[in-house]
Amino acid sequence: MAIALEAKHVVKEYMVDGSTLTAVGDVSLQIAAGEFVALVGPSGSGKTTLLAMLAGLLAPTSGQIAIAGRELSAMKEAERTRFRREKIGFTFQANNLVPYLNVQENVELMLQLNRNTSAAGRARAKDLLARLGLGQRLHNLPGQLSGGQQQRVAIARSLIHDPAIVLADEPTASLDTERAFQVVETFAELIHEEGRAGVMVTHDLRMCTHVDRVIHMTDGVIDRIYTSRHDILALAQGEAIHEVPVS
Amino acid sequence: MRSNLPLFLGFKEIWRNKARFALVIGVVTLITVLVLFIAALSEGLGAGNREYIATLDAELLVYQEAADLTIGASQMPANLTRSLRRVEGVAAVGPVGFSTGSVVRVGEPLDVALIGVQPGQPGVPPVREGVTFSRPNAREAIIDANVAEQAGFKLGDLITVRSVQGEDENSYQVRVVGIAPSRKYGIQPSIMLPADTWERVRAKPAIADVQGAPAFNVAAVRLSDPQQREAVAARIAGRVKDVVAVDLKTAYENTPGYTAQQSTLSTQSGFTLLIGLLVIGGFFQIQAIQKIAQIGMLKAIGASNRTVAAAFIFQVVIITTIGVLVGALAAFGLSLALPSVVPVQFEPAQVLTAVLLLLAIGPIGGAVAVRSLLKVEPLTALGLTS
Repeated sequence: MAIALEAKHVVKEYMVDGSTLTAVGDVSLQIAAGEFVALVGPSGSGKTTLLAMLAGLLAPTSGQIAIAGRELSAMKEAERTRFRREKIGFTFQANNLVPYLNVQENVELMLQLNRNTSAAGRARAKDLLARLGLGQRLHNLPGQLSGGQQQRVAIARSLIHDPAIVLADEPTASLDTERAFQVVETFAELIHEEGRAGVMVTHDLRMCTHVDRVIHMTDGVIDRIYTSRHDILALAQGEAIHEVPVS
Repeated sequence: MRSNLPLFLGFKEIWRNKARFALVIGVVTLITVLVLFIAALSEGLGAGNREYIATLDAELLVYQEAADLTIGASQMPANLTRSLRRVEGVAAVGPVGFSTGSVVRVGEPLDVALIGVQPGQPGVPPVREGVTFSRPNAREAIIDANVAEQAGFKLGDLITVRSVQGEDENSYQVRVVGIAPSRKYGIQPSIMLPADTWERVRAKPAIADVQGAPAFNVAAVRLSDPQQREAVAARIAGRVKDVVAVDLKTAYENTPGYTAQQSTLSTQSGFTLLIGLLVIGGFFQIQAIQKIAQIGMLKAIGASNRTVAAAFIFQVVIITTIGVLVGALAAFGLSLALPSVVPVQFEPAQVLTAVLLLLAIGPIGGAVAVRSLLKVEPLTALGLTS
């Protein structure tokens, strides 16, 4: 499969009170199109910082990141902004949606940003929302939706513009367990079906059930990677995490 | 299509938060009403003080030097006009006397300025109806449009003018021969009388004065060449003893209280504009602060700073424009509803300036908020800062 995202020796350091703090230290990884990867680890392990760098929102101190073959650090700020709206889909932990746009408008916002408000694009938005169980909610405002419904709208928005990669930051953090599983399952289905690369940051290992690979970070570095279905399910079910061999 | 995105976002936010934005539009409307009303009041009061002098058919006004440009304090003998006429460059001289009185009408008497003028000389206003005075001692009056409207007088009416002379209030009957355009003086409507009639009718402080020699307050001087104002004024001061000549603007600016009144009202207008600027600026700054997370998310998904700023500026312009237009209409409506004795007067150039200033306070007030929005980092969408 084609490589959608490649990070080589990515480092992020901050200067704090005169001393250097390493948030992410020498991380390298590849994610293929159609692959759904979970980035897990304890608080402060650097997973959100790594996600921000993968998204082109934060410049690494050193190392390279390429998405769809394009090197992010070679781009100027305006070009990176345009690249984000064309090639990357986002869902966030909170404040995902524009509160004064209805469900359909929120999804079509990505099309408007990309100057693609064709009838086909709008039809695709409706289909995607119907697929996510929001066909009857097209004209509702975000404030009229549950947390799970809002996350599903955000998922639709993250996929509507045909991105190379979809990045999700704790998409289930504010949801109850049942809704969280539903959201991740739907997310995984769409990523696999549409051949996108997907990266999900989560602190909840149970959400890893539907991913293809789990990357575990501690203190800014990748310390374990789980690739076999058996290992991932064992991790998700909380079974003897330390016994799972590091890949 | 993307070029419409800022308008789309700006409009949708207003449309789906109508109550919040209506409140701000209401504030802009009230500020506009206040600014325009103060401006109209300023113009009305100013016109009420300066109108007669500002529209004189003369270029200079001559005062008794010791009067320090105070019309009421200036007393000049009737024969002074001959001396003034002899000054090179002077084309005509009209003695003008000012006094106060009242006219009898149905209901309350109407207080008026009684202005004495020499027929055929500067100081006699043009008439829009009727004729001018026939002779200096004719029992005739030219009333200004305000007297005609407020007292209901018409051409040919015999009207009764009352004035206090010594310890008595005396009444005189004069016939309305002409109606002049508005010629207020001392914020009162005016009645012009021929010089000799005015001398009999005018208010006099003591009995002795009733028998005194005719006198007037100032002389309106028309020049052969209006461009030679300063030169002729200097010549008058040099050749005629104890007088000073000034142009009309200087004359009405020295009307008691005029400058203080105008500067007070201008200050009020300025402060109202400043308050408007702070209120609008404050509202949009709060709005910007409340939207930091949302703006961060928009920037993270690829919205440019230009899109975010343009949507915001569109809102500011729409809100300010609606507020100012509604306010201008409300101010105009309010002026129509007020009784005619309230001196509000809209001067087009002044209204236009005020409206342009009011339209500018939105963008100026919102500029700080736009700067805040531009500084929001897309990283905030992930709860991070650089």
